[in-house]
Amino acid sequence: MSDVKNEWPLWEVFVRPKAGLDHKHCGSLHAADAKMAVQMARDVYTRRLEGTSVWVVRSDQIVASDPADKGMLFDPAEDKVYRHPTFYELPEAVNHM
Amino acid sequence: MTPSITPPSDLRARYLLRIADTCLIHAQRLAEWCGHGPILEEDMALTNMALDLVGQARALLTHIGQAAPVKLDEDQLAFLREERDYLNMTLAELPGRKGGRDFADATLRNLMLGQWLLLLWQRLQASSDAEVAAIAAKAVKEARYHVEHAADWVVRLGDGTEESARRSAQALNRLWLYTPELFDTDEADAQAAATGLGPARDTLRADWQAAIGAVLAEAQLALPKDSAFRSTGSRGVHSEHLGYMLAEMQHLQRAYPGGKW
Repeated sequence: MSDVKNEWPLWEVFVRPKAGLDHKHCGSLHAADAKMAVQMARDVYTRRLEGTSVWVVRSDQIVASDPADKGMLFDPAEDKVYRHPTFYELPEAVNHM
Repeated sequence: MTPSITPPSDLRARYLLRIADTCLIHAQRLAEWCGHGPILEEDMALTNMALDLVGQARALLTHIGQAAPVKLDEDQLAFLREERDYLNMTLAELPGRKGGRDFADATLRNLMLGQWLLLLWQRLQASSDAEVAAIAAKAVKEARYHVEHAADWVVRLGDGTEESARRSAQALNRLWLYTPELFDTDEADAQAAATGLGPARDTLRADWQAAIGAVLAEAQLALPKDSAFRSTGSRGVHSEHLGYMLAEMQHLQRAYPGGKW
């Protein structure tokens, strides 16, 4: 393994499959700068018509929640099923929303 | 062993074969990088471009074969011709990675041939041959990306470290000798221009030199001096390197005639 300091920075790649949909995270890659990262993202992640747009962002620019805080942050939502809008009777006309 | 075919030799076919063969042979050289790119991402970029070029070659060869006096398919044209019947620009067949050439060589060659093909496809969109115009309309998008990708690398390497600059200059001096052929013009070009099939090669020179000159200037690479040497691959007279390539490329079709996968 080469010296980590000599490696190009890591970038996270987000691909939008078609107009109107959201960009979805699909992986990461190494690239020397933003322009190269966009090209590499295109070459690595859109070879099979997966996308119409890509975003790249330096992985070290992403601020993430601490896995150790997982319980504190997310478990309290577990018993609050009433937050899902499944308890409402919908009129027939909007039933498929 | 499958015998060689006789390809169509009319001026129209010769004009189109030069383009198709340049794409085919350039693709084969690029594909030598498969599994050997400097990084995984670039490995995929190089092979993606090789596949674009194979697609362009296939479309043109199919079109040429359908118009031939005796119909030929793309595989017959791609794999069953004698060396003298391939009309690619010599620049495309020069030794690549397997011949010890480095990544600087690959990117510069990709830029030179890519820019040439881009200019050609742009003009061919207005071809009097509707099929050629349609092939060009698809290829021009692919070529634009090839040029952008290659140019970025040439600038990075030329204006990079001492070693990358040295290697880029070496590759440039080596390859530059073969660029005048890209603009040689003969009776096939003259007829293509006259019938509206496509541009004569010499009409691409000014735009090519301007585009390449701008990239090389940004890359801090000095333009090599022009030389009187002229390569002749596009007339079927090749360097000693093409024969080895063809032996490898043709082996399967010769050993397993009509083989498909």
